[in-house]
Amino acid sequence: LLLLSVICSPQNYPLYIRSVPTENELKFHYTVHTSLDVVDEKISAMGKALVDQRELYLGLLYPTEDYKVYGYVTNSKVKFVMVVDSSNTALRDNEIRSMFRKLHNSYTDIMCNPFYNPGDRIHSRAFDNMVNSMMMQVC
Amino acid sequence: ITEVCGAKRVGYFGPTQFYIALKLIAAAQSGFPVRIESIKNELPLPRFMALKNDSEVHYGTPAELHGVKFQVPHATLEKNSYKRTDEGDKQEPKSPPMSPICSPPASPSTYQRIPLSYGYGKSRSGLEHQHGAPYEVRHSTHQQDGPSSGNYGAKPALASSTLNRSLSAEREQQDSSAHYSDDPWRITEEQRDYYINQFRSLQPDLNSFISGSVAKNFFTKSKLPIPELSHIWELSDVDCDGALTLPEFCAAFHLVVARKNGYQLPETLPETLLPEYLQAASLKPMRDCALFDSYSESLPGSQQTRDFSRTEKTSAEEVPDNPALLQDGKKDDKQALKVSTALKTIPKEFQHLTVKTAAQESNALKARPRSRSYSSTSIEDAMKKGEEPPTPPPRPQKSHSRASSLDLNKIFQQNTQAVRSGWLPPPPPALPPRPSVSQTEQVSEVELHPQMNRTPSQAEESSSAKKEVVLTQPPSKPARRKLRTEAQGLETPELSPTINVTSSLPAVKHHHPVQKQSSKQKRAIQTAIRKNKEANAVLARLNSELQQQLKEVHKERIALETQLEQLRPVTVL
Repeated sequence: LLLLSVICSPQNYPLYIRSVPTENELKFHYTVHTSLDVVDEKISAMGKALVDQRELYLGLLYPTEDYKVYGYVTNSKVKFVMVVDSSNTALRDNEIRSMFRKLHNSYTDIMCNPFYNPGDRIHSRAFDNMVNSMMMQVC
Repeated sequence: ITEVCGAKRVGYFGPTQFYIALKLIAAAQSGFPVRIESIKNELPLPRFMALKNDSEVHYGTPAELHGVKFQVPHATLEKNSYKRTDEGDKQEPKSPPMSPICSPPASPSTYQRIPLSYGYGKSRSGLEHQHGAPYEVRHSTHQQDGPSSGNYGAKPALASSTLNRSLSAEREQQDSSAHYSDDPWRITEEQRDYYINQFRSLQPDLNSFISGSVAKNFFTKSKLPIPELSHIWELSDVDCDGALTLPEFCAAFHLVVARKNGYQLPETLPETLLPEYLQAASLKPMRDCALFDSYSESLPGSQQTRDFSRTEKTSAEEVPDNPALLQDGKKDDKQALKVSTALKTIPKEFQHLTVKTAAQESNALKARPRSRSYSSTSIEDAMKKGEEPPTPPPRPQKSHSRASSLDLNKIFQQNTQAVRSGWLPPPPPALPPRPSVSQTEQVSEVELHPQMNRTPSQAEESSSAKKEVVLTQPPSKPARRKLRTEAQGLETPELSPTINVTSSLPAVKHHHPVQKQSSKQKRAIQTAIRKNKEANAVLARLNSELQQQLKEVHKERIALETQLEQLRPVTVL
């Protein structure tokens, strides 16, 4: 059950937040915020290697008993974070990867729009539709 | 009218009732009495323009309604044509709302407003409204009063004349507006021309892109809010490349225009604004339709679709390719299908068509696959043929390769050496490496016989027309070896496949039959056979070598891929 998708800018403020309505949304927001530290940690750990070799998909960032947090970072340090319900054991790593890939593709499509300034909040309807379909599909 | 068409009896206007009602209205407007028999007459389409406009005025969504002037004539024309086809669709959803309207409000306009607001669930964003509509509405309502009033007395079920009129009018209007709602997203010719001119002002080359920043500046001038412009861009930049091609630009501009005129932007791009649709639509009017049709006929369907999709992604590079491609197509049209004639005619017409270079591009693109297939050089073709020695069908192609080698013979005998010389290079490299062709000759002769038997029929067919000659040139080449004089007579002229079908061909044809038939046929046949066999063997060997190379390349590729896979996990955290 995909609970939350967040896209964060290189400066670690959110560009896009989309969540399935639950009562503990704020808790998930907080979790994502803390997991950004983990992301930075992973990025800096690989910093010694060349940037090319760095894998974009960061994998499981932070598992708790209720949910798992997955991360993905682009080459421009834009971070995608996803919170997934732990009860959904059917979700495999590949599926998470493909979801991140879709997110990344949609994000680049938004970038192509000359009316979008990098660093703005993302208001694209097409992007919303894509994320919605993705979250629904997982659910 | 309502009673006559049966709606009263049924209780609603089904498709049939609607059609009959419209026919009756047309009859009434033409002065015929309102009776079933009137339908049988040849009637002009009923005039609903005014009514439609009126309904649309009120039909509009809360957004402000400004008329888009160019669409006025276009839409009204379309309305009438649409009416017949689409009436049925909108009938059913309309019928429920009709019943609540039974109580007659004062004016027809209010009637229209009411059903429109809740009746037409399918309505898109607001409709365009013709400026002259209101005046015409009153006029036409008077018109309608005439035929409908006569029936009012006979329809106690229906509340009033105005109700009848408005009901039918609404239905028609709703139907037409249902159709008409398609129109806002359809680009008219005037609009298209305007957009193209705007495109030219930004980017003189019609086949190239407008970059994102240029487009952003341009559309920002329209004073629409940035989020809306962003949405428009998302809708129109279908391939998401940050640049607008001509059809994408037209779609974007059209959306801007529509938004400025009060239409809400759709969530997804309407079908009529898709680049493929616009590209196809733009090609048709831009060009001589007959030319296009003949062109398309000569092309395989797959090539056409491929070309259309390619024309979407046209870039500046393709424009200079045009003349080169056309020339290539001409030169390489050795394989001689009627395409060659089409190719010849089309380039000429290209010069006449300066309106849309995209049209040229599509033609060039079409020429490209064709020329590619033909310019593949006789070696490639012969290779394919070399693969299929046992099966009879490929033999005509084989004859092609043979023909190329045979051309060497003919070249010295015929006048058009210059053209044929283009084919000289391919065969000679093939021949020298194979000195031991004589061994294969015997084998080849066996193959030749069945071919020869087959070719006579082909040769005979080819004699009929010039085009057919060109067409059957490849298959008729083996016929050269036939001992039948007729075939030989036809073969030799058909050996000139490289040249586009020109008027010189028939003349050449005439010479050769006389010469060939009189000269030493057997010797020519045998040399031809030998040469063909040589070429065959060479090509077969080439084929096997290339296949081996292909296998090696495949292996390399697999090895590289495995290496890549191995390297990847190293970087995983």
